Amino acid sequence: MNSFWAVFKRELKSYFTTPLAYVFLVIFLFFSGYLTFKEGFYEARQADLRPFFANLPLLFVFMVPSTAMRLWAEERKVGSVELLFTLPITIVQAVLAKFFAAWLFLGIALALTFPLVVTVCYLGDPDIGLIVTGYLGAFLMAGGFLAIGCFFSALSKNQVIAFVLSVVACAVLVFAGMPTTLNYVSTFLPPGMVAAVEGMSFQVHFDSMQRGILQFKDLAYFVLLIAGWVAACAIVLDERKAS
Amino acid sequence: MIEVKGLRRRFGPVVAVDGVSFSAAKGQVLGLLGPNGAGKTTTMRMLTCYIRPDAGTASVCGHDILTDSIGVRRSLGYLAENSPAYPEMTVGGFLKFICDVRQITGRRRKAALDRVVPMCSIDSVYHQTIETLSKGYKRRVGLAQALIHDPDVLILDEPTDGLDPNQKYEVRKLIGVMAKDKCIIVSTHILEEVEAVCSRAIIVARGKVLVDSTPQELKDKHHASLDEVFRKITRSKCA
Repeated sequence: MNSFWAVFKRELKSYFTTPLAYVFLVIFLFFSGYLTFKEGFYEARQADLRPFFANLPLLFVFMVPSTAMRLWAEERKVGSVELLFTLPITIVQAVLAKFFAAWLFLGIALALTFPLVVTVCYLGDPDIGLIVTGYLGAFLMAGGFLAIGCFFSALSKNQVIAFVLSVVACAVLVFAGMPTTLNYVSTFLPPGMVAAVEGMSFQVHFDSMQRGILQFKDLAYFVLLIAGWVAACAIVLDERKAS
Repeated sequence: MIEVKGLRRRFGPVVAVDGVSFSAAKGQVLGLLGPNGAGKTTTMRMLTCYIRPDAGTASVCGHDILTDSIGVRRSLGYLAENSPAYPEMTVGGFLKFICDVRQITGRRRKAALDRVVPMCSIDSVYHQTIETLSKGYKRRVGLAQALIHDPDVLILDEPTDGLDPNQKYEVRKLIGVMAKDKCIIVSTHILEEVEAVCSRAIIVARGKVLVDSTPQELKDKHHASLDEVFRKITRSKCA
């Protein structure tokens, strides 16, 4: 087992050896279900998961930073970051190991929403492709939010500050793509800039995946976003780990 | 085994380490002494590649801290100041994690655990979570993780801090036993510890090396106890 897998395994295990995973999963599953039914899951009389996916960005804005806030802030607070970085592991390996462990944990949370899939399959004949791309988009969006949270967790030793900054950054990237925001910015920005603001938003890329359209630009958006924030996290951590 | 050349590090306007140079060979126990804020921990952190020096360099077992930090970290064991660990893990789980990161697997892992657990007297708390341990036990778990790969170089930042007199005696005895085939750097405030375990003493203050000698030579030269020598040197040269 190399150092990457050792940290990955430890990190993933640590979610389930503390109440964190269970509290997170219960709250996430409750609110994802509640918002889905509030959106009119049965009333719509359509065998799809649109009501579920429609609310995920908003739910992720709060839930994902709550997972990410401890990633590095806690290590720096208890001092275990000194232990970790005096072991034979590079910063990139450690950052990626912790990021992928947290991402897999969010993937498990998403997978546990399977009763909704079972329900629509039981009640109707849903387009499975649409559901798969929806889940893929949700998983990539969780990765994007997590990468942002990971960066802010490396930036501050204080988990509350890391959480608040991550929520704000994620919210900006979600709300930038909302029609109301775009209408407002179009009053003072040229159309090219409005399109740029729209292109930076999670919402637009997630919406198109929800509709079953798998485009290179959407995948590239999430991959670049994740890679960029994770790289920034590694740089910040290298600079601030001993401060 | 350890070669330190002009290490320098500043934090904002404060120069924590200012051109520290020394070397240490196999079989030596080098005591790094100095008042609080002298730069002992910063020097150790640079030697273990936790922080980078602004200038100067060092090598550990032939690996340069600037160009081969992974090689350095593989060849040394480090006990940091407050024995940082993962509080939610059990002692056994934590030591197995260290083995995994250091790529000690299978029979080698079992042999390593069988060696360090009794050596550091942590058998009784092996299945306990680290957060429930006393400061003394946490320190011993930290020592066990530093020794698990049987490194050639050991860097111990205040290894007996928080231990009771019996535990202090045990740790000093352990250092003495290991000293024969290792190079050990110990930072401490406790001067009786220097007399008990160190074959050489370096006194640092304000980031500079003031004295590099043996404890006996220091006492003979100043005709005083090590306590008095320490006060005399750190006060006069820092004034």
